[in-house]
Amino acid sequence: MEDTKRHSYQVNHLAQLESEAIFILRETAAQFEKPALLFSGGKDSIVMAHLARKAFHPARLPFPLLHVDTGHNFPETIAFRDSYVAELKADLRVALVQGSIDKGTATEETGANASRNALQTVTLLEAIEEGEYDACLGGGRRDEEKARAKERFFSHRNDFGEWDPKNQRPELWNIFNGRKHHGENFRVFPLSNWTEMDVWQYIKAENIDLPNLYFSHDREVVSRGGSLLATSDIVQPQPGEKVETLRVRFRTIGDMTCTGAVESDADSLDQIIQEVATARQTERGTRADDRRSETAMEDRKKEGYF
Amino acid sequence: MSETTDGYLDMDLLRFTTAGSVDDGKSTLIGRLLYDSKNTFDDQLEAAEASSKRRGDEHTNLALLTDGLREEREQGITIDVAYRYFATPKRKFIIADTPGHIQYTRNMVTGASTANLAIILIDARHGVIEQTMRHAFIANLLRIRHVIIAVNKMDLVDYDEAVYTKIVDQFHDFASRLDNIVDMTAIPMSALHGDNVVEKSTKMPWYEGPTMLYHLETVYIGSDHNHIDARFPVQWVIRPHSDEHHDFRGYAGRVAGGVFKPGDEITVQPSGFKSKIKAIANYGGDLEEAYAPLSCTITLEDEIDISRGDMIVKGNNPPQKDQNIEAMVCWFSNSKKLTPRSKFHLRHTTHEVKAVIQEIRYKVNINTLHKEEDQSEMALNEIGRVSIRTSGPLFFDSYRSNRTTGSFVLIDSQTNETVGAGMIV
Repeated sequence: MEDTKRHSYQVNHLAQLESEAIFILRETAAQFEKPALLFSGGKDSIVMAHLARKAFHPARLPFPLLHVDTGHNFPETIAFRDSYVAELKADLRVALVQGSIDKGTATEETGANASRNALQTVTLLEAIEEGEYDACLGGGRRDEEKARAKERFFSHRNDFGEWDPKNQRPELWNIFNGRKHHGENFRVFPLSNWTEMDVWQYIKAENIDLPNLYFSHDREVVSRGGSLLATSDIVQPQPGEKVETLRVRFRTIGDMTCTGAVESDADSLDQIIQEVATARQTERGTRADDRRSETAMEDRKKEGYF
Repeated sequence: MSETTDGYLDMDLLRFTTAGSVDDGKSTLIGRLLYDSKNTFDDQLEAAEASSKRRGDEHTNLALLTDGLREEREQGITIDVAYRYFATPKRKFIIADTPGHIQYTRNMVTGASTANLAIILIDARHGVIEQTMRHAFIANLLRIRHVIIAVNKMDLVDYDEAVYTKIVDQFHDFASRLDNIVDMTAIPMSALHGDNVVEKSTKMPWYEGPTMLYHLETVYIGSDHNHIDARFPVQWVIRPHSDEHHDFRGYAGRVAGGVFKPGDEITVQPSGFKSKIKAIANYGGDLEEAYAPLSCTITLEDEIDISRGDMIVKGNNPPQKDQNIEAMVCWFSNSKKLTPRSKFHLRHTTHEVKAVIQEIRYKVNINTLHKEEDQSEMALNEIGRVSIRTSGPLFFDSYRSNRTTGSFVLIDSQTNETVGAGMIV
């Protein structure tokens, strides 16, 4: 990213974050045999793909995109994913949670709040094993959640895919140690030092296209457990729940069963940036999966979650 | 990046680390910085309030905003380096929050390695203690140029100017020997009550200096990178193999020092081949120049053989080339000691070689800061000067002149763990 304003060799914060992320992406390509970039069609993974495109320009991405698909996506996300992948001329692999359920390695939760979120871990670990991926690039950020604040850029996983927060390799300067034994693998997080605000500012600065779910629109929702969930085939109103049409947008995009909308009139990037600047809830505050307990993320990560 | 005049593009980035002993109020200080600069969210605050209640704390414990892992919250301690983020309209900040107890050195060295500034906390009741000197020593060793001496808990010494002045004098006596630190600012404060953290204290009218946040926002860090000695470690070679870019061969990396421009004459290490820079290629248009710490892709006029681990340099000030290096090493392993004749993988920039420890010249006693000679081993958290021989030549600068080309890590070849960090003397 070129800093057009200063000539005193100062580099603004977005340019520094971009440079760091590109450095990590290139280290991943160089240090691992078979990396993959986890791609969900959400804004963080779109920013990741954009950075990867810049890192290896004018060549194509030296690794495939891997989507762990719960089957509970917003249709807008999948449409966006497919057109973006075509434009990038990237190699997309899709790992279906339904596939794990059919095989019997994952069991569907039941009840009104059933979610396939936890099952993604099973499918992800199976996809890593089948694809023999030794590094999975993810868009996770340390500002998202307390357990993530302690995670490394190069996050080591044992051969069960587990994360051991108390035995992480120290990371100094910009030297990253991706050495591993057979069967072990890494999760790599180039956006570790970014905040939600940085991501939005970067999307604006780089003029990056996003699924329209991120922008304000009218949608039928029910209020459940403090979240506004969009109604669909998968999220049906329960007895006593009222379906309302509200002007909403999504701060994060995940599984439809646990991704809450926020009421908002922000329909441009500038308005979203303004909204993020004054937000009183973290973006994961809209995620029912994190609210299951205070250590929900830490527990899922130890098991091998993203 | 597109040209735009929006204010946030003028924000720069300051990375700082916090050092303090147990109970110096470090987590409270960070919690206070985040809280008073309005960088906490309601759901985070609610979680901290709920935890405080469960633990029976009197006030909402702002320290809980920063505790990440289950055991940390249960025991009220910090286990690992945690990174925190906040921003004001002037700057984005990255805090490396390092614990004050076991494994202290390892974590502080890690946090300090990327920091522009260190905050050293001193409990006003206790003054400068052994650990304060240790923190200052590590900040200096890791070449942190800017230090804030945060004299905390002033509320417990009646906001007394004499107490503060005595502590600052004590610190200066000692720190005058630390020559990498170019800027020291002392601030009297109470993190618990918020005095002089974000808001100016009304209890200490005798103090006329800046609040901590104001200083963090305004301290000049523009010259922290070396913009003189041009160094470009090659990370990855870009060869598209497409019809459109058939002959394209670009060398991707992150500038480690100096300035690179099209037309510059360069030398490639270790081959010694010379060429000229054709372009600094970039998605969205070539760049006019590249300098640290930007990532870019360099193309050359001549087709020469270059691969990952090579270094593109220019000018009359080439890096040193040697298989024998002298370095200050901090040892990180609790299962193995560092001993003469032990072998490792040594990773330096994008280059990796094998390395054998020749001799431990001395260890630094981390409490007295005296040199201890005739040592046969170094244990976890110990720091010492070591001579190392490598399997192939390294191209390096002293750590003092360049943090990137002067640093390395040691990797255990059996466990693959990072067991040591080195700064070339």
